[in-house]
Amino acid sequence: MIPGSFSYHRPASVADAVKLLSDLGEDARPLAGGHSLVPMMKLRLATPAHLIDLHGIAALRGISRSGNNLVIGAMTTQHELLASEDVAKAMPILHEAALLIADPQVRYRGTIGGNVANGDPGNDMPALMMSLGATYRLEGSGGARDVAAADFYQGAYFTALEPGEILTSVSVPVPAAGHGSAYEKLKRKVGDYATAAAAVVLTMAGGKVATCSIGLTNVHETPLLATDAAKAVIGTSLDAATLKKAAAAAEAIMAPAADARGPVEYRKHVGGIMVTRALQRAAAKAK
Amino acid sequence: MNDLTPTREQRTAALEGMGCKRKRVEDIRFTQGRGSYVDDIKLPGMLHGDFVRSPHPHARVKKIDDSEALKVPGVLAVITAETLKTVNLAWMPTLAGDVQMVLADGKVLFQNQEVAFVVATDRYAADDGINKVVVEYEPLPPLVDPFKSMDKDAPVLREDLVGKMSGAHGPRKHDNHIFEWTVGDKELTDAAFNKAEVKIKEMISYHRTHPSPLETCQCVCSFDKIKGELTIYGTFQAPHVIRTVVSLIAKLPEHKIHVIAPDIGGGFGNKVGAYPGYICAAVASIVTGKPVKWVEDRIENLTATSFARDYHMTTEVAATKDGKVTGLRVHVLADHGAFDACADPSKWPAGFFNIVTGSYDFPTAHLAVDGVYTNKAPGGVAYRCSFRVTEAAYCIERAMDILAQKLNMDPAELRLKNFIKPEQFPYHSALGWEYDSGDYHTAMRKMMETTGYAALRKEQADKRAAFKRGETREIMGLGVSFFTEIVGAGPSKNCDILGIAMFDSCEIRMHPTGAGIARVGSKSQGQGHETTWAQIIATEIGIPADNIMVEEGNTDTAPYGLGTYGSRSTPVAGAAIAMAARKIKAKAQMIAAYKLEVHEDDLEFDIDGFRVKGLPEKFMSMKDICWAAYNSVPPGMEPGLEAVSYYDPPNMTYPFGAYLCVMDIDVDTGVYNVRRFYALDDCGTRINPMIIEGQVHGGLTEAFAIAMGQEIRYDEVGNVVTGSFMDFFMPTAVETPHWETDFTVTPSPHHPIGAKGVGESPNVGGVPAFSNAVNDAFSFLGSTHIQMPHDFWRNWKAAKQLGAVA
Ligand SMILES: Cc1cc2nc3c(=O)[nH]c(=O)nc-3n(C[C@H](O)[C@H](O)[C@H](O)COP(=O)(O)OP(=O)(O)OC[C@H]3O[C@@H](n4cnc5c(N)ncnc54)[C@H](O)[C@@H]3O)c2cc1C
Repeated sequence: MIPGSFSYHRPASVADAVKLLSDLGEDARPLAGGHSLVPMMKLRLATPAHLIDLHGIAALRGISRSGNNLVIGAMTTQHELLASEDVAKAMPILHEAALLIADPQVRYRGTIGGNVANGDPGNDMPALMMSLGATYRLEGSGGARDVAAADFYQGAYFTALEPGEILTSVSVPVPAAGHGSAYEKLKRKVGDYATAAAAVVLTMAGGKVATCSIGLTNVHETPLLATDAAKAVIGTSLDAATLKKAAAAAEAIMAPAADARGPVEYRKHVGGIMVTRALQRAAAKAK
Repeated sequence: MNDLTPTREQRTAALEGMGCKRKRVEDIRFTQGRGSYVDDIKLPGMLHGDFVRSPHPHARVKKIDDSEALKVPGVLAVITAETLKTVNLAWMPTLAGDVQMVLADGKVLFQNQEVAFVVATDRYAADDGINKVVVEYEPLPPLVDPFKSMDKDAPVLREDLVGKMSGAHGPRKHDNHIFEWTVGDKELTDAAFNKAEVKIKEMISYHRTHPSPLETCQCVCSFDKIKGELTIYGTFQAPHVIRTVVSLIAKLPEHKIHVIAPDIGGGFGNKVGAYPGYICAAVASIVTGKPVKWVEDRIENLTATSFARDYHMTTEVAATKDGKVTGLRVHVLADHGAFDACADPSKWPAGFFNIVTGSYDFPTAHLAVDGVYTNKAPGGVAYRCSFRVTEAAYCIERAMDILAQKLNMDPAELRLKNFIKPEQFPYHSALGWEYDSGDYHTAMRKMMETTGYAALRKEQADKRAAFKRGETREIMGLGVSFFTEIVGAGPSKNCDILGIAMFDSCEIRMHPTGAGIARVGSKSQGQGHETTWAQIIATEIGIPADNIMVEEGNTDTAPYGLGTYGSRSTPVAGAAIAMAARKIKAKAQMIAAYKLEVHEDDLEFDIDGFRVKGLPEKFMSMKDICWAAYNSVPPGMEPGLEAVSYYDPPNMTYPFGAYLCVMDIDVDTGVYNVRRFYALDDCGTRINPMIIEGQVHGGLTEAFAIAMGQEIRYDEVGNVVTGSFMDFFMPTAVETPHWETDFTVTPSPHHPIGAKGVGESPNVGGVPAFSNAVNDAFSFLGSTHIQMPHDFWRNWKAAKQLGAVA
């Protein structure tokens, strides 16, 4: 568990970072909190020749309001997310989910940018970002572009990021006032990735679900939006039959791997339960 | 006497002796990051070694090419079995009478087996070198399932043993067979079963797990060519044994080997035996003339150094209709992996598993254990238990619950009915042990009363009814466990390691000012010996514990001892300490008599000094006696105040306890909640109640981990899939239940201070309590036995198989 050798760079601006990345090519990797990358380097599953540390770039940090969006700088740590009142008030699900990531030590270092850019289906933020309708700003030598979270994930550790691009911020539309949300995550212990997890953001009108989105973590090689499951609950009061239908629709798109968390059948089964529980809890919180 | 004269209570309290909740003195350095562990040792010019390991569970090694590795900057040498053969060290003896490859010799027998040792100027270079060593393998069929080890067509693992139809423990039935060990009266037991009114039979498995101390195994070896001396700093639970083993296998004179075990970050049995890393680092130091450090990483620790358990116990109990046990029959299939590297006393291939009759008065019993080889890591160490005692306790405690279920009796009542009675002690068990003391009924009743056992059973009945009505998806289980341990190995008549009797030792040297040093043959790995050993001496000789420094782990200064494992430190070393202290006290009495000008017999010991009987004002404190020992001893007496004791215990000690676990399980997800856990321990005389409580908390946390998920698992083709703390369940403070502790005190009649040892009781008694709780929760749905570990998905699977989830 000893990483190979690499050279270390600490640019002071996004432009410098992008330039370094394009100059150094494939062998260079951005380094954020290092809590996904460094463990992989220790196992020599990742062997970058150059690390471009983004900690020197002040512009990548912080949370601000822009119109109806919260814009979160890529280098904002999970700890800073938890400390933000804006986040806790405007989108409590983000606060709730960040609290379920690992432990305080990991959260002091781990960043939102690293979490969403990593492409690990076990990361909690991606499915959440998809269900909140977030977009990612990507900057490369050719300029900046915005990509919807829902279009970003292509496979395990495989994303829409082009070589030489950096994810600079995440823009999240503030959910409607009175919305309800919940993140249900089943894990074996603190510090574990989800056996299965579900994010639900919904609004209610007259006791019935008016809008709903459902995101799923770690039940497929990418995070998932469970659109059929979400559709199934619109217009209902989340009666038992509907919940069953929604869970079944969600389970239908899951394809988790069997691992020490359990066999495929179990992980899908509890995935469905996480959907059911998140729906019920979100509805109870909606006004 | 005036108001300023301390009272007897104050004088006693000032000693901080036995019974005092003295704060752990070692924690002053541990909590400030000032401990000194092996990895803190940095010697001038020190090199680093690291292993090339096998990706295959079973393969022939065709070729090892180190040419590219030797080109890596900083890499100095690559050691292979061929190198080791030049010094006759390609194989080494195990403590269990087997031999083990140090580095792959023609073949690899488990995944992550050591294949080559790369020596470099730093760890990074060593790891770069490892990645450049090219090994050519020819994969062979892996043997993973121990139940298939003795199949006719099973692949033969140990080619070195082919044709040897006898091993260290008698005849072998198959090339993959290690030993068969039988105890008890077979005929009598068969007869008991033939006429039994009720019988149960169940295959009860205790899965493979790992002691997983937070500090991994490591060493620094430094060979001084000029002096011809080898110094080894290492994570050793038994430093003296390591020195003797090194002397025997490396043919170095024992006095020229210095073994030093500094602070150790947990051992739990993992650090008893000798590992290839130690041998390779020593050889590398001899070859290079420089100190060489070897430090395991987490993956290596979990997958290559000694595992624990892996016992598959087919268990039968015979009983009468009204629940009196009449016979016990157990057959164990023991999976030892590729080499038998158990750390048991030499004559005990299955440790003290014959304690399997537990706390119950079985008129007859029979036990047979078959040890077999598989393509898994070697070991079979006692993970926080005396040799195989936790397996035995699990076996009998599950069996008693299964019998209770069959008889439709309450499991606590069944136990009460079958306990050995207080008047039966010393009790001779059907499988050959002499239990020293116990009062099981009192302990059990105290547990039942304190926890409100009857009310909990009522609540469970209500909850079951509610579950059946569909009102809840939660089931409730009560896990009763009543264990008897056998610890304190052991009497020279039946316990030795490589021929050395399992005594232990203490040397006390009192200095003129009334302070002293005690050197002991045990070796703390976190148990707090520096605190408790001083407490024993404080009470015995009347010098404050704070004035006694305890030193362990350096073979040059500590008297020869067999080390710390199997809860033997208090029963054996603790006795040696008391006996050495009594020798000090005896000499002190002579000095006091001389100074007080009375006959020795006219003196009585009084807390912290000697007093003339009937003349309370004529008193000499131990502090003053220490001073006198250096200037005015009686004529003819040698000056100084020193004593040594080597203690050969007359018997083992038998701690016991009554535990109860209350658990709720959500059948839909398999998620459990340990609502309550009560642990009553009887470890005889209690030296430091706070340390006992700490030991119980730690052991229960391990028991919780083991029962609820901690396993070393291999897939069908022999890959080990639990190589990190992500998958090997290591609970954090968040998952760990709240522990309620309690006690009774039944001193050991043969131990100088009546103490029995407690470090391992909670692991031994805890595992069955958790597992019985899970099994008890599911029993009303029709199950009799669900194998451990009881992690979430397996609980769900059980619920599903029992029809509780769709
Ligand atoms: C014990 C442990 C438990 C954990 N449990 C969880 C958990 O339950 N849930 C969870 O979500 N996470 C978990 N994590 C992961 C943790 O949240 C990581 O911090 C996070 O996934 C990555 O963020 P980072 O800032 O550390 O990124 P890094 O590790 O530095 O980088 C991760 C990857 O993203 C790339 N990258 C980083 N930033 C950018 C950027 N701005 N633009 C482009 N590429 C970038 C890097 O090159 C690298 O490939 C756990 C980690 C540990 C060590």
